[in-house]
Formats: sequence, structure tokens, C-alpha cells
Amino acid sequence: MGKLEIRDLNQSFLRDDGSNLVVLDHLSFEVRDKEFVCILGSSGCGKTTLLRLIAGLDAAQAGSIFLDGEEMKGQNPKVGMVFQEYSLFPWRTVIDNIAFGLEMKGIPRDERYRIAGQYLDLVNLSPFRNSYPSELSGGMRQRVAVARALTLDPVLLLMDEPFGALDAQTRNMLQKELLDIQEKTKKTIVFITHSVDEAVYMSDRIIVLTPRPGRICRIFDVPLARPRDRTSVEFAQVRREVLDLINQNSSIQ
Amino acid sequence: MRISSGIHQNRWLGALAIIIALLVWEVCALLIVKNPFILPAPTDVLVAFIGFLDDGTLLLDLEESLIHFAIGLGAALLIGIPLGIMMGWNRRLDAFLDPLIELLRPIPPLAWIPFAIIWFGLTAWSAGFVIFIGAVFPIIINTYQGFRSVPRIFVEAAKMLGCTKSRDLIRFIAFPAALPSVVAGIRIASGVGWMCLVAAELFGVSNYGLGSRLWFLYNIHQMDGVVVYMIILGLLGLAFDTIFRYYIDRYFLKWRTGEVA
Repeated sequence: MGKLEIRDLNQSFLRDDGSNLVVLDHLSFEVRDKEFVCILGSSGCGKTTLLRLIAGLDAAQAGSIFLDGEEMKGQNPKVGMVFQEYSLFPWRTVIDNIAFGLEMKGIPRDERYRIAGQYLDLVNLSPFRNSYPSELSGGMRQRVAVARALTLDPVLLLMDEPFGALDAQTRNMLQKELLDIQEKTKKTIVFITHSVDEAVYMSDRIIVLTPRPGRICRIFDVPLARPRDRTSVEFAQVRREVLDLINQNSSIQ
Repeated sequence: MRISSGIHQNRWLGALAIIIALLVWEVCALLIVKNPFILPAPTDVLVAFIGFLDDGTLLLDLEESLIHFAIGLGAALLIGIPLGIMMGWNRRLDAFLDPLIELLRPIPPLAWIPFAIIWFGLTAWSAGFVIFIGAVFPIIINTYQGFRSVPRIFVEAAKMLGCTKSRDLIRFIAFPAALPSVVAGIRIASGVGWMCLVAAELFGVSNYGLGSRLWFLYNIHQMDGVVVYMIILGLLGLAFDTIFRYYIDRYFLKWRTGEVA
């Protein structure tokens, strides 16, 4: 299972001049089990804030988050996260990075290498088992980060613009690989992006946020069958719809 | 990047400079100064060196100095690293201890010599104490800074993977992330400690030791011997640093290459 419910989430920061900056304003939505949801919005709309709250890295000022009906407080082993920047531990080899969570759980060395090896296979990086992150390309590093987040078998995977720093080709490749991985592992995925193309390619649903204060602007269903063809007419149609909405919003701002 | 023949050429250039310096020194000493008390010739120094090696004083002094050095650096590591870790990890402890450390730090290590002698007597511990004072601050400060600059994303990534206890975060994340900075601190500390060694020994805390022998030789006006000990001290300092750097590079280059910070 992996059903996520966000109820009435509020978050604001104190500005330097003493005024209150509302980042998230009574945000509520649900993500169904095994669903791939993209949260789309321009920078500063509170996407990352939202994800950090779900991850338990920050505490919400008001509102609650439920995973499979259970309220979440703090970090939860059922939730995995892939960060935007490179978050691999540079002093650990690829396999030791992937096995880190298992090591923390106290799983013996052989067993954790066996499990980590499977996830290394899943992201097609077996030849780089004993490499250090500095020896890998950006795309490979994010693949390792995905494998590392999956080893503890979380039901919910949070991804904060994980492919944002990659070149277009690598990005497209990793998007496809991630969908394959979701197909195999059946995770619920909440994926943050500011790329409309990425959101339409990946998601079952797209949640568009308005900036300052972050509110849900609209939720799109993406009814296209997978694998999706970026050049198809239907794809372009959904894309245009989403883009139009975002453009309308930014002209109001 | 330099090509390899360029590196070789530069090495020969460096050796050439040393040879020229030795020749100029020899000529100056023999033909111009003509007074071995003011400027002993390199050949005199070589003869003196062989003499010290022969009668075993050099080895004895070396052993004694290394003991002083080990006491000082060992104590500095034992106290400096935990202190730096605690201050780097805990902001309140940092606020508590920082002013005290900043007050003590500018006192030159040699100014502690009177109290070193009063507290520890004329023993190896007293010389060790002066070296400790010189070595402990670079270790504290580099460890502290290493811990302060652990990228937040490493800590958060670890938390998401079930590493949530402070003790585990220090052991598995902060310490390895800070290690290059800690080791750089130890390297600085060993250099400062080595300089303090000679000064501490000059004050007669021991009858042996490279520094005390150097002072003794000066007092009996055996200046070629003084030069021998100067050179030995310099070469040993260089050797420590080189060995240290070799191991650092071998260990860290594996994962630090390509990192910007």
C-alpha cells in the first residue's frame, strides 16, 4: 500500500521585515496507491517545502499528512527520498551508498550487499559497484540515488527535481527508466518538477501549484497510455493545456 | 597539465639549485669567511654528522625527541578531535567554549614553558606539554570547521535512510565528511608541534633530544654540529609532512577528485 493524504497543510516563513510569507495555504490532496503524481509549479511556489514536509524533514505549522491512514510525524522508513542535488556520500563506494539504509538497520554485511546488488542491477549499474560517486556521471549518480532510496523498500518515493541538473538526453532516458522501475516495484511516487514536458511524460496526474501562497491551481488527469510518445498529437494537446494554465497564472502575478 | 619530461626537468633544476647552494656555501666558508665558528663548511658538517652517527648520540637524541613529539601530538589528538567534534556539532557548546579557546589560542606556545616546567618538572612530559599547546589548536579548529561545513543534504539523506541518532549521524556522516579537514588540521598541527619541539627542548627539559643537543653544541661552540642538527630537524619535518601527504592523497583522492568544495 502507499496511499498519501495531505490535509489542510499550512506553512509560512517569517520575512526579514517581520511580515509573514505564506508558502503553503491550506493545501489538501490525495495520492492513490501506486500512482505517479507530479507536482508542477514555477520556482518559489512551495514545491520543495511541500516535499520536505511529506518527508518529515520539516514540521508543518498546521495540517496533517497521512500514509495509509496513519499520521506521519518525522522521518518514516516507509518513505524514500531522492534529492535534487547530488546527495550520494562521496566517501562511500556505489554499493556502500546503496547499502547504507540496510547498514543502519543492522543487517549483516553479506545480506545487505546481496539486497543492494539487486537494486544496483535494477538501475543497470552493476559494473560500477566499487566506484566512488566522483567517478560517475550526473545521470549515473542519480540512478544510484534512486537505488539507494529503494533499498529499504519504501511504499512512497519522493523525488525533488531529481533530473533537473541533467542534460536533455540523459534526462529523457532516466525518465523512461524510472517508469520501468515503478512498473517493476509498484511504488507510489510524488515527483516534483518545473518541466511541463517531464510532468506530462511521467504522471498519472499532475498537480499544478500557484506560487505565493502555494495553492492547488488545478489537477490534471493524464489519460495517455504508456509508453508515451512525446511527439504525438495527444501528448502535445495535454502539454498545451497545462502550459496555457501556467501562462494564465503567471500573467496574473 | 605538465608533460612528464617537464616534471623530470623541473626536478633536475631543483637538484641543481641545491648543488649550487652547497658549492657557494663551501666557497664562502673556505675562501671568504675562513672562520668555522661563524660559518662551518658543508664538508665540516658532513664530518661532524658521521661522528654523531658513529658514537650514537644522534640516535639517542632522535629517540628522545620523537618521544616528546609523540606525547605532544598524541595528547593534542586525544583532546583536540573530540573537542572539535563536540563544538562543531553542538551550537550551545560552541557558544560556551569558543570565547575561552579564542582567548587561549593567541598565547604563543613558548610562553607556556615556565608553567610546563613547574607543572611537569624537567621531564619529557614538560616538552610534550609545550608541543601539545602548539598542536592542539589547529586540530580543534580544523575539526570544528570540518563538522560545521558538513553539507546539510548528507545529513538529510542519512535521516531519510534511518540514520537518525546523533551518535550515528556523527559516526557515519559528519565524521567521514569532515575527515579531510580534520586530517589537514593534523598536518598543520604536526608542523607547529615540530617547531615547538626545538624551543621546548632548548630550555633544558631533558639532557637528550635534537633541540637540547643543538643548544648544547652551541654552548661548546661546535657550530658544525649545530648545522648537522639544524639539517636533521629540517629533514625530519619534511619527512613527516611528505609521509603524511602521501597517505592523505592515497586515501582521499579516491573520492575527492572532481569535487568542487
